[in-house]
Amino acid sequence: MIAIVDYKAGNLTSVKLALEYLGVACEITRDPDVIRGAERVIFPGDGAAAAAMEHLNELGLLAPLKDVVAKGTPTLGICLGTQVICDWSDEDGGVPCMGLLPGKVKKFIAPDPLCKIPQMGWNTMKFARKHPLFDGIEDDSEFYFIHSYYPVPESRDLVMGETQYADATFASAVGKGNLFATQFHPERSGRVGVRLVENFTKWNGQC
Amino acid sequence: MLTKRIVPCLDVRNRKVTKGVKFQNNIDLGDPIEMAVAYSDGGADELVFYDITASAERRPIDIDMVKEIGKVVHIPFAVGGGIENLDDMYRVLLAGAEKVSVNSLAVRNPNVIAEGARIFGAQCIVLGMDPVKVDDHTKYPSGYEITTRGFRERTGMDALEWAKRAQDLGAGEIVVNSVDADGTRAGFELTLTKLISTSVGVPVVASGGAGTPQHLIDVFKLAHADAGIVASMTHTGDYTIAGIKKELDAAGVPVRKKW
Repeated sequence: MIAIVDYKAGNLTSVKLALEYLGVACEITRDPDVIRGAERVIFPGDGAAAAAMEHLNELGLLAPLKDVVAKGTPTLGICLGTQVICDWSDEDGGVPCMGLLPGKVKKFIAPDPLCKIPQMGWNTMKFARKHPLFDGIEDDSEFYFIHSYYPVPESRDLVMGETQYADATFASAVGKGNLFATQFHPERSGRVGVRLVENFTKWNGQC
Repeated sequence: MLTKRIVPCLDVRNRKVTKGVKFQNNIDLGDPIEMAVAYSDGGADELVFYDITASAERRPIDIDMVKEIGKVVHIPFAVGGGIENLDDMYRVLLAGAEKVSVNSLAVRNPNVIAEGARIFGAQCIVLGMDPVKVDDHTKYPSGYEITTRGFRERTGMDALEWAKRAQDLGAGEIVVNSVDADGTRAGFELTLTKLISTSVGVPVVASGGAGTPQHLIDVFKLAHADAGIVASMTHTGDYTIAGIKKELDAAGVPVRKKW
């Protein structure tokens, strides 16, 4: 069973629908025991970092999430989930985050007035390295993004894929052991995205 | 590179996709779920559904339809029409939509944009606007007035001022749906689209008037839209999304080519 972590941060239904389409059992949950006992965990999210950290704290979900990552449960972060696993986000005047992936989160700066923030739409990702979650996916495939902030991992080793937008070539996919996270929304990225989700449902957490 | 989005818009009335000209004389074109799948598989970058009579009939949006769409498409979609409050927004997003579009409600109660953005995130709050061209440039500096409830009511609000205000309140995207161009297939309203897209920092979606691929090339190249809505030209089968993208690509407009 895959636990989809509910911390009042949007886009949970589309993740659930993608898993149901693949015929994989899943549950949207904020129960720490269910999360700890899950075979895999998806940590999605839309919205702002400060509110997300507050909700995670209030709901008592910080410890269970750290536990599952520490014990090797395959875990997939999506969008805001990918940002709050970092150490720090510049959003909302600066927010200390979960520290599961060494790095911080920065905001795009528009180089000209016609470059819109948020980035909203389909952009390509260039593989930075091989990963089981990329099986069957072509390099430079297009994924769906909606975001104003992006992760900056501390080390190149944590960058799995890269995308160019505004003033940055940023890490659109990051990973560390059994933790993998995308800035784009695989659950709404057409056939390619569904493939990435499907790869996750079969992934043993090893690279 | 971020690509320009081609977004089919499905106006739904009694569970049928319908299309009129300038918001009138609608004819039924097909089943919304079947059309959504065909568009999703055919290369559409996003979809928009408007429950077009919900607002005029003052009834809630068809949530069961939203749930069915969410199950069958794997691309983002927005839902609008008949959103009356934050609960409606929540129900639409919970049903699987990525974005919720407010129009009449935001005019009546602009604060709903701010509240929606705070609770659900700015990225999922879309402001839809139905501007109409006017002659009074003193009262309306942009030359366009906002109308609501499917062009049934005028508001006395200037289109550009409203776009800027909506952005400041927290709208993550603005759809400029020209009443004058709607359903005419004679080309987008380029003047206002350009005025808004060069004045706000959030993505602008041009809507109303798409009839040929050249119209999309124009709205992207000349009016700097981030996305273009298509309806009549593809609903009728006269053009395919793939065919349109081929022409955009040849004209140097970045588009998503694989799906």
